[in-house]
Parts: sequence; structure tokens; C-alpha cells
Amino acid sequence: MSNGHLAPRPGFVLDVDRTSPPIVFHHGEGFRLEKLPADRSRVIYPAEPLEGLADPDGAIQHALHNPLGDSEPLPALLRPGMKLTIAFDDISLPLPPMRRPDIRQRIIETVLDQAAEAGVDDVHLIAALAIHRRMTEDELRHAVGDRVYDAFAPSGRLYNHDAEDPDGMVVLGQTPHGEDVQFSRRAAESDLVVYVNINLVSMDGGHKSTATGLSGYTGLRHHHNVHTMHNSKSFMDRENSALHASNWRMGKVIRDAGVKIFQIETTVNNNTFGREGPMAMLQKREWEWSAKDRAAFLGMQQGLKLLPTSAKRKAFSSWLAPYELTSVQAGEVEAVHEVTTANVYRQHLVPVEGQTDVLTMGLPYICPYNVNSIMNPILVMCLGLGYFFNLYRGRPLVREGGVVIMGHPTPWEFHPVHHPSYIDFFEQVLADTTDPAEIEKKWEKQFAEDEWYIHLYRTSYAYHGVHPFYMWYWGAHAMQHVGRVMIVGGDTAAVRRMGFQPASTLQDALEMATDVVGPQPTITHLKNPPILMADVT
Amino acid sequence: MKALQFRRNLPRYAAARLAGSLTPGGGAGVGPLRLADLEPPAPPGPDWVRVLPRLSGICGSDLATIDGRSARYFEPLVSFPFVPGHEVVGDREDGTRVVLEPVLGCVSRNLAPTCRSCADGRLGNCEHTTFGDLEPGIQTGSCHDTGGGWATAFSAHSSQLHPVDDALDDEAAVMVEPTACAVHAALLADIPDDAVVTVLGSGTLGLLTIAAARAFAAPRTIVATAKYPTQRRLAAELGADLVVGPGEVRRAVRRAAGTRAVSTSGDDGAVDRLSGGADVVVDCVGSSASLTDALAVTRPRGRIVLVGMPGSVSLELTPLWHREVELVGAYTYGTETLPDGTTARTFDLATGLVQEAGLGRLVSATYPLSRYREALEHAAAAGPRGAVKVAFDLRGEKERERLMEGTP
Repeated sequence: MSNGHLAPRPGFVLDVDRTSPPIVFHHGEGFRLEKLPADRSRVIYPAEPLEGLADPDGAIQHALHNPLGDSEPLPALLRPGMKLTIAFDDISLPLPPMRRPDIRQRIIETVLDQAAEAGVDDVHLIAALAIHRRMTEDELRHAVGDRVYDAFAPSGRLYNHDAEDPDGMVVLGQTPHGEDVQFSRRAAESDLVVYVNINLVSMDGGHKSTATGLSGYTGLRHHHNVHTMHNSKSFMDRENSALHASNWRMGKVIRDAGVKIFQIETTVNNNTFGREGPMAMLQKREWEWSAKDRAAFLGMQQGLKLLPTSAKRKAFSSWLAPYELTSVQAGEVEAVHEVTTANVYRQHLVPVEGQTDVLTMGLPYICPYNVNSIMNPILVMCLGLGYFFNLYRGRPLVREGGVVIMGHPTPWEFHPVHHPSYIDFFEQVLADTTDPAEIEKKWEKQFAEDEWYIHLYRTSYAYHGVHPFYMWYWGAHAMQHVGRVMIVGGDTAAVRRMGFQPASTLQDALEMATDVVGPQPTITHLKNPPILMADVT
Repeated sequence: MKALQFRRNLPRYAAARLAGSLTPGGGAGVGPLRLADLEPPAPPGPDWVRVLPRLSGICGSDLATIDGRSARYFEPLVSFPFVPGHEVVGDREDGTRVVLEPVLGCVSRNLAPTCRSCADGRLGNCEHTTFGDLEPGIQTGSCHDTGGGWATAFSAHSSQLHPVDDALDDEAAVMVEPTACAVHAALLADIPDDAVVTVLGSGTLGLLTIAAARAFAAPRTIVATAKYPTQRRLAAELGADLVVGPGEVRRAVRRAAGTRAVSTSGDDGAVDRLSGGADVVVDCVGSSASLTDALAVTRPRGRIVLVGMPGSVSLELTPLWHREVELVGAYTYGTETLPDGTTARTFDLATGLVQEAGLGRLVSATYPLSRYREALEHAAAAGPRGAVKVAFDLRGEKERERLMEGTP
């Protein structure tokens, strides 16, 4: 089945020569055109969007009736009088948010139809946000659709997970490694948990969906820590990820505790900015831009120059990606996840030969934790050194002791409602030390147990007090691996507070990088998004 | 003798105020301060001796005077012309090295019986600072009759002088007087055990207050504000657990005190003031902004100790009323009652603290009297220039040698 597009081309590594055009770097709520040095630079381009499934609803039905692994079809698992919990990914997925109908809506509606047919009436829907901020009504409506929201939210059967509800959480046991497995009581006491994933990157899904998404600090601290991050190479590669190993151990404890999980995982293509429309050029290769693309880009650049930051933020936040479903699989967690990962890799993996001295990345306006919010400096770090750096399989793109250059405005600005503990982390913790291990030892507990943060997490729309720590740990592997981190075009004080080196231009940064990696270094640009994952040999 | 003399001259005072508002310390060049060749002040009485300064510090109150920012409150409490300088280590003519306790109380004014405060050893609270045998002046350095430390000689009552042990070098000794102010403030704060203490400002007094709070109380956490890297480093070295920028203090105290916050903007997560807060706040800045911060972060029935000289401030006092917060001033020193009930002279406590905490390192730069404009500008911009205490160094003045030898 096809939507009628030309066959998508795989990812690609461009060796920059004198004829190569300037490359578009994402730069927060804007872009920069950068000319990379010829004959020693390369640009890794993501694959073009795979074909979307022509009949997503049909594919969902098919997956629910034809489960993978040791699982009965969903209808066979549903019976009157049972307790059913449907948990779903929160606002952090996908990025940017996708156009309606959201995949979660399609799946949840289908699951609910089948539950209704089976006579199941004790159904709860939980946004499995772990210690992320609660989703607003609008955000929930967008994810599950108005019909589901109106049917369940008013009666209190659709809600955000609350990891700090003393009555709502339970410890199911410990893994052989002594890790506490903390879980939602409602999910634990259900006869069936259906988990609805959007697997945007290979890190997502598997046992992590429930073991993390329906857990809290008591459980998360066992894998969201510096040791785990130092031993996840990378956390995008499950087979080599201590983060996933811990979640898999926890998944076994959950299963052994009698919690039955029916996992539904989905993948989307790279159609982030649209094949047509005002952002379409962002998923094309620069030398293939049409006159219309060039005009649209220049127009956008001029327009952005005139807008204040808040207006730019609003404009970018309003973008909804026209993602298309490329696969859906359901059934037993591990069997499902194996197929899902292959489908993610089919879209994202780009073979790359050899490491580089200098890795450059243009960071966009969005990351998992600033949807409808502000990309504060800690999130800039996390997106660059956490997510982008770890988008590799095999070896990091940059050699040990190399340099990472990230481009982003990095404003010293925070969303007070969403990120209150981030402000304190930035002002108080990073002023003391930027060493992840020291931060973890000296500061984590007091933030995690701060009563006010807990209050804001539970009653407002704040990330949990410990969340900025996890963001900092997310960059721990990169910080340990590289010799220097630079941020181009960022707020100088904010960049320095994080222990990084500010640079006004990419050329300045490249010049300064030679202090670390020597003259004439090799340079690799990770052109992301749309998303790619480097398969480095 | 060579001296920096401050005269009553209203046009120059206005010029100093203008220059000081443009460049801190700028009042030195255009104001009523001048380098003069004066006769050493005649001892005002039989118990008075001549002191030849070795080092003489520049204090925040001196800078306020030089830049025309002093409150008019002081006008009847000083006598013109006067020679500033009250943080002094010097030599008596018999060669004894001494530090000056500059407050001019009843004894030095030859008043008997003394006022209640002086009788209790609380010299800083003397009720007779404009009476007795001396012209008005709350301290040496603001009284015409005594002269002051920014000169090669001045007069001191023998009760004002404390011999200095050889173990204390001049740099350490010149820190005894400001340290005594800080010790007094820390003890007046009556810091409960396990308290959260906030020290606003990490200039000289702020840093010394941190050291004093650590030495004479047992707080759980000291949160300090500091603007500049050197201040940050020293605040941490002297005992602050958390050092933040002035704009970050409300969030820092909230976390340290484990309290909640009140948002006036309507944004959950904003910290405009605290629901609880610090047990004690020591304000070493004394501005409208710092006092507003102090009121925002002090817990109900907590105490604010005002150490920084405030002048005129604009302040919303509703929280003081509503939360029953105490606001007390801390001026100079005298005799202290320690937590164990014993009493001690503040200067003795300060001398010990200077030695134990190595506070002589806070003297960042010294200047001869002839370079007084540079010295005052440096002192006024100490923070941004990475300095703490700036002092006049009179040890190399030829004039001093002549006076020591007693030749005319």
C-alpha cells in the first residue's frame, strides 16, 4: 500500500567540497546558514520520509487482532467485570506534536470500542508521564481526541499519572540488582494494562513504557542516574544501554507481580515539516531546493528577524507535524518492541564510516520537555549532549576527546510554571559544580524531596523537582567523552554557567576547537531534525 | 602631619554627590576631601595619647561620606573639619602596636557618671555622643578634636586602644574593627541552633558576618548573596553553604528553608515571597532592594538584622506587620553576652576570629595617602575589581618617621 510518493531515499553522508551550498542549521526559533570547510567536512542527512500506511485504522485493527509474542488478541483479553487501564505516552511524544488525529487517539478509540463490545466498563486512561509535568486539558484532548476526553475526563477516569500520590503508588518488588520497582497502583491492580506508544526514537517503548512511565522517583532513581548514563552507549541502542537493561529487569518484576500488559507500539516517518508547505524545505537537501524553497526560506528568515522571541516561540509551537504512521504492532512487550525497533531503524539509521574530531549540531526549538514552553539552557544541553549525541549505534560520532559544537540561542530564560526546579538547579547547583556525579551526590535528594516542588508537580504543571537532574545526567556520557563543548550564538553567561564555551559564530567555534583537537580537524554535521541515527563503524 | 581632611563645603559636597553618582568613589576628586598638611591634633585630655597609624581601612560609611550619600541624620553627630579613618592599626608613641576601638563614649568624653549604655559596656549605644569634653563625633574619624586614621597621626583615649599580639600582622589587625561589627551583628541576631541564616551582600561586612555567624552560632545553612566571583569564593570559604546572585536569593532561601512560595504574578512556580523562610536575615547592604528581599525571605517571627548603613529607603512594611518580623539595627560593638551567658569585649572576640579565620587575607590593596583618589575609587569598586578591603598604608610615610622620632 502506498500514498503515491516516489520511493524515499535513505540517509546520506555528504562530503563537503567547494561547490557544496551552505547548510541550514536549526538554531532555536530560527535558522543559520553555515558554510563548512571543504574537503574535511561531511554532513549526515536523514532519510526521506518512509511511506505512511495507507490505512492506519485498518493496520491498528490488524495489530490488535494479530498480536506478537506470547499474547492473545486484544478482544480475547477483554471480559465483563474486568479492570482495564489504558496508559499512553505524554506530551513529550511525538516532536513536534502531530496533526490530528493523533495516533494515540486512533488506537485508544479502537481499544475502547473493543472494550465496549466486550462489556468492560471499569476503564481508566492514564497519561503515563512519570515525573514530567501534567498535561493540560487541551493537550489531553489533542492526544486522545475530544470524544474520548469528554467520555472519561469529567468522571475522573482520564487523568495524569501522579507519581507522588502516596495512595496511588505501590512498590511491586525489587530486581535482582536491588532496584525498587515502583508502579501505579491502578495499573498494578488492573486485570489488563494496555500501553499506547509513539516510538519516535529507538529509546522509546519496550519495558521502559510502563517501568518508567508509570513509576516515580523511588523507581526512576535506579536507572536515571549518572552511572547508568555512563554505561549506556548509547541509550538509543537498547542492546548497549544500561538504562534499558534496568527497565527490562523491572519489566520482569512487573510481569512476575502478575501485571498483564498488552503493548501497542507505533512508528512514524520523517515527515516532520511536510512535503509541501512553508517548512517543507527543511526536509530537503539544500542543493535540491527549488526557487520556491529558497524564496520561502528567505521570507521565513526575514519574518523571524522582525518577531520578538515570544512571538517566534508561539509561531513555532503552533507547528503540527504531518507525521504518518509507518508501523503498528501489538502484543507481548519484548516481541513487539523488537519489531518496533527495526521499524524505527528503517527510518533513522544512516551508515557512517569513522568518527570525527568535531561534531556540529544545530539545535531546533523543541525537545521532549518544552512542548508549549521555553527551551531553557538545561534543555539545550540535554537536547544536544543527551539526545543528539546519543543518536548513534556502534561508536559516538565524535572521537573521544573531540569537540561538540551546538548552535542555539540558549537564553537564560525559564518557564516558571513548567520548570521551577530548573531555575533553582541553574542558579544554585550549576553555580556550585557542573560535574554530574558530584551534583547527583550532593544535590539530588534535596531537590527530589522538596515539598514545594512536589506540590507544584501534583497540583500545577511543573516538572518534578528532580527532573533537571535527570536532564543533566542525560548529557553525562557526552560530557565524559568529549574534550570540549561549545555553543554558538548562545547567551554567554548561560553558556558559561553550564561549563561550556560560548562562540559568536561557527567559524569562531571551529577556530577555538583547534586548541583541543589540533589544526585542520575533521568535521561532521548531524543534520537533525528530521531525525537520523548514525550507525558508526 | 599629612592628613586627608573633610571640610564643610556645601558646593563641593553637591559636586561629590554628583560625581559619586556617576562613578563610585568619584567624590574624592571634587568633594570636600583634601590632602592637607596639618598640625597633629592636641590631646584633648590627660588620658589621651598620640597614635601613628600603620594601616587605616576604607569603610563603606567613609565612601558614603566621600560621595555625598551620607544621611543628614549624621550632621549633628560630627564636627567639621574632620579626618576620616576609624579602622586603624597603629603605634603608640611608646612603640606599642595597637588597634583602635573608635567609638567615642562617655569615658573618652570625660563624662561621669556615664550613660546607661556605656555603664553596661555597650559603647556603640552611647547616649552622649555630642556632649562632654569633645566636639560631636560618634567615632574617631568623625570628630574634629581627635583627628582620624587617614593621617600620619591622631589622638586616642587610652581606653580606645587594644594592644596587638605579634602573631597578628598589620593586615590582620586592621580587620579587627570591621570584624567586631560583624561579631556584634551575628550575636545580636541571636541565631538559633540549626537555623537558616541569610546574609545579604558579600562586601567586607557581609563576608565577616558569614565568618562570625559560623564562629559564634550553629546555623544549619547560611545562604549568602554575592555579585562578583571573588566575593562568591570568599563567602563559600568563610562558611556560606549556598552563594547566589542577589536576584536569586528568594528561590535559594525557599529551598534552603524547605518552605513554599507565594506568587504575586499568578504563575505557579514564581517565587515572589516565601510562605515561611529564613530564621534570621542579616542585611549587609541596607538598600530598599535588600530590605525588600529581607522581608520577602524572613519567616514569621524571624529577625532581620540591619548591618549595612541604610540612609533613606522606600519599603513596603506590610510583611513586617503581618508576619511579626523583627527588624533590628546592628551598629558597632562593645560588650557581648555569649550564648553560654558569659560576657566578652567584642574586640577580643573579633581579634580571635581574625586570627582563626585568617581574615587578614581580605585586605586586597593598600595605597599611600598621596594616592587617595585611586584608593577611594578602588574601594568603591572593590567588588567588580575583585577586591574586598582597601586600606591606606602609612608605614612608608616619611612624616610618620619624623613623628615617631618626636622631631618637629
